[in-house]
Amino acid sequence: MEIPLLSFVTFLPALGAVAMGLLLRGNDEWAVRNSKIMALFVTTITFLLSLFILAGFDPSSSDFQLVEDREWLGGLRYRMGVDGISILFVMLTTVLMPLVIGASWNVSHRVKEYMIAFLILETLMIGVFCALDMILFYLFFEAGLIPMFFIIGIWGGKDRVYAAFKFFLYTLLGSVLMLIAMMYMIAEAGTSDIVALLGTEFSFATFEFAGIEIVGGAQLLLWLAFFASFAVKMPMWPVHTWLPDAHVQAPTAGSIVLAAILLKMGGYGFLRFSLPMFPVASDIMANFVFALSVIAIIYTSLVALVQDDMKKLIAYSSVAHMGFVTMGIFAANQQGVDGAIFQMISHGFISGALFLAVGVIYDRMHTREIAAFGGLVNRMPAFALIFLLFTMGNVGLPGTSGFVGEFLTLSGAFQANTWVAFGAATGVILSAGYALWLYRRVVFGDLVKESLSTITDMDRREKLLFVPFVFFTLLLGVYPSLVTDIIGPSVEALLDSYNFALEEAGMVADTAPHMTTGH
Amino acid sequence: MLSENLTIVLPELLLAGFAMIALIFGVFAGKDKQAEFILFATVAVLAILALVVGTRSEGTHIAFNGAFVDDGFARFTKVTLLLGASIMLLLSREYLKRYDLMKFEFPVLIALACVGMMMMVSAGDLMSLYMGLELQSLALYVVAAFRRDSLRSTEAGLKYFVLGALSSGLLLYGASLVYGYTGTTVFAGISAIIVDEGISMGLLIGLVFLTTGLAFKISAAPFHMWTPDVYEGSPTPVTAFFATAPKVAAAGMFARVLLDGFGAAVADWQQILTFLAIFSMFLGSIAAIGQTNIKRLMAYSSIGHMGFALIGLAAGTQAGVASLLIYMAIYVVMNVGTFAFILNMERDGRPITDIGALNQYSTVAPGRAFALAILMFSMAGIPPMLGFFSKYYVFAAAVDAGMIPLAILGVVASVISAFYYLRIVKLMYFGEDIDPLTGRMPLAHGIALTASAVVLLLGSFVQMFGVETLAVQAAASLFN
Repeated sequence: MEIPLLSFVTFLPALGAVAMGLLLRGNDEWAVRNSKIMALFVTTITFLLSLFILAGFDPSSSDFQLVEDREWLGGLRYRMGVDGISILFVMLTTVLMPLVIGASWNVSHRVKEYMIAFLILETLMIGVFCALDMILFYLFFEAGLIPMFFIIGIWGGKDRVYAAFKFFLYTLLGSVLMLIAMMYMIAEAGTSDIVALLGTEFSFATFEFAGIEIVGGAQLLLWLAFFASFAVKMPMWPVHTWLPDAHVQAPTAGSIVLAAILLKMGGYGFLRFSLPMFPVASDIMANFVFALSVIAIIYTSLVALVQDDMKKLIAYSSVAHMGFVTMGIFAANQQGVDGAIFQMISHGFISGALFLAVGVIYDRMHTREIAAFGGLVNRMPAFALIFLLFTMGNVGLPGTSGFVGEFLTLSGAFQANTWVAFGAATGVILSAGYALWLYRRVVFGDLVKESLSTITDMDRREKLLFVPFVFFTLLLGVYPSLVTDIIGPSVEALLDSYNFALEEAGMVADTAPHMTTGH
Repeated sequence: MLSENLTIVLPELLLAGFAMIALIFGVFAGKDKQAEFILFATVAVLAILALVVGTRSEGTHIAFNGAFVDDGFARFTKVTLLLGASIMLLLSREYLKRYDLMKFEFPVLIALACVGMMMMVSAGDLMSLYMGLELQSLALYVVAAFRRDSLRSTEAGLKYFVLGALSSGLLLYGASLVYGYTGTTVFAGISAIIVDEGISMGLLIGLVFLTTGLAFKISAAPFHMWTPDVYEGSPTPVTAFFATAPKVAAAGMFARVLLDGFGAAVADWQQILTFLAIFSMFLGSIAAIGQTNIKRLMAYSSIGHMGFALIGLAAGTQAGVASLLIYMAIYVVMNVGTFAFILNMERDGRPITDIGALNQYSTVAPGRAFALAILMFSMAGIPPMLGFFSKYYVFAAAVDAGMIPLAILGVVASVISAFYYLRIVKLMYFGEDIDPLTGRMPLAHGIALTASAVVLLLGSFVQMFGVETLAVQAAASLFN
């Protein structure tokens, strides 16, 4: 019997959480310490096991690999598998989770529950990227709201309850329309299997509804329903407003997970569902997405400029960076899609590290106000160095992974639409503006604030936490083919079928008049 | 012939016989001395009957010239309602003892109500339907007013009675119109006439009146007015009972009347049901937001849930009926767990119904709070809880039947309803003040709460314990 490796990696953190819930009792120092160590242990083991996924994965094939298939509820199947697109997100999750646990070492309030919430969240996040049944995907996708609701609500800041509700209901409303679309697809195609659905063509014949001509037909409506969900999750302008609230209120580790992994589910969804399953609708709506992306890049960069809360600034910059991702995906060419995936992976490390950096000084000063800082370089040289590196990564400096993602998505967009690339490129300048200005205000200058005179530099734990972030940001910056080699074949296959479907649709549109004249 | 008929209705006969013997025994045993014993006996009888009904026969059996039908659908519903009633009765013991309500009439009335409910879901004729319905209703009116010296309880009983009588009247009027225009009260006969001659205007009006009466019984909006008051005023065990077995029975009866009797006129009642479903879902979701009394909140929650369940019926397909049955089964599990908790909400020996008392409950009793949180997420329909799958099946049935707008409205309503379920979770986990509940939880309630939470959390990974397959088979028997 083959070992169900994916299920094992997916559910191991949840098993750890159950064990922790049943075995650890009490609230004393030892229980707290044990739950931290146990969580770290479980996430590390999960990471090590996930290396076997990577080892067993054949990057030259575009097929789904390590597939597991079992009976589930009526008509649905429990189906897991990874391809070149999803495997890196699985790896991103498993790499980051031990670091997230490490970043939570200072949590003192209800530690056991905290660790359980993060472990459950890890299971659900890996599940999203592995699921090959649509409803299974939805299950993981939605269930992720529950632990995050608790993480924001229990361990969050002052307005945590408001932020938790906004996060939950906003994303839930986005997702339920997708659920209806999935039911329609199951009714049409007779299966909920993602692989089979990738080969199913949904009708794009224009029809009229209530006097409105719907160009793109059913496919367009399905595309919109999925878009509602993924655009909120991504988040795209103008449905991004939950993100700054959630980020500001969430604890440091919650912000890291949110920015580094949860946001990527939106982009992954576009790549897994919208683009390959509804190619005609994607093509029709591409300009719409471009417009939203460019607005997101420019507008949220401008908004980021005027923030006085560091986390909020980084949250807005995340929205801007996700604008590059949606732009790259819907450019629908090799550079664009490669770049979008690359940008998501790179943003996972860079934004994660930035939130971690904010967490470092927040732990010391208990404020995230930019105005409360200044001249940190005098007392925290190591922090200044690390923060500089990731600020540069955020700006997209060549040599960091941020550059590759932005460059690829921009060149992809340039082929699709020059003006979009032009607009997005101005966003790069603006991002340099807000990021460098933030850095100047926080780190440079003289240390004049009385409250900062005793601030200490990063301790060994904090330095250690940054090592993997630095490593991956620089490694991917100078050796990007590590990522593009793995995603290449799958992206190519995706684009081939996309272009093929468009060609077919184009032929239908072209030949239709001939047929009518023939009669 | 008679013996054959009697064999088919044997479970109902046994339960009715048991109720009467228990009644006489209770009277002669002296005032309420043996009440606890009778309660346990009733619990056992209901549970055994569930087992018997579930395993006794296969296929469809018709008794008394079509007045009584024993088919897969009836069996599924009966097992669900008997198990629900049995568990709820068992759970009510502590509460009845604690608040000095342990009277032997209570289990006897519940047993009689169960006989009525079993009749309702097995009825193949408008007359037997009405008999079952009234037997159930009369027993329920009495238990609603069970705490005689409480103003609220008697008010609840009276309100329930007056409105219930009105709705029974509407139902009867509808039945008489149906009889007048078809010349028969047997569902099969009505169905045959509709197939032959189509549905006439008089018959249509009869159908509308019938539906109105039935909608009242399952408390679908806009015939829901009695529900919050009755839920609030009745003693909590009675509320718990109302929220489970009678709802299942009424939903089963609804499906049977519409599909067995008017199956050929789907298009005519589909509109009514669509309206009822939409109205109930939104009213249940929106009106519950303002509630602070947990029993009223559960009342609105049940109205909302009935709305979702009716989507399955509105689809009018076999998959739709199956989804209705799955929905009701999961709904019972959720209510058993939730009421096991509510029955023990008390502070210093007095029952508490204000949800503010749940503030920071997770620090007082982490295990119970966690279980209740799972129940709330399940009620809200968040995966991976079974509550999600119950909604998934009804929406999928609606989409399959081409009723996509109804499904879209349904999911929107479910997001609204998520707000107030989340609010309970919020109070327990993010609340501010601590003025904790002091009640301890008896073992039976602890087991019920934990078991239902575990079932809801993990049920989807074990094929729902086969309930789904059974529901599909049960639904098939209505479409033969």
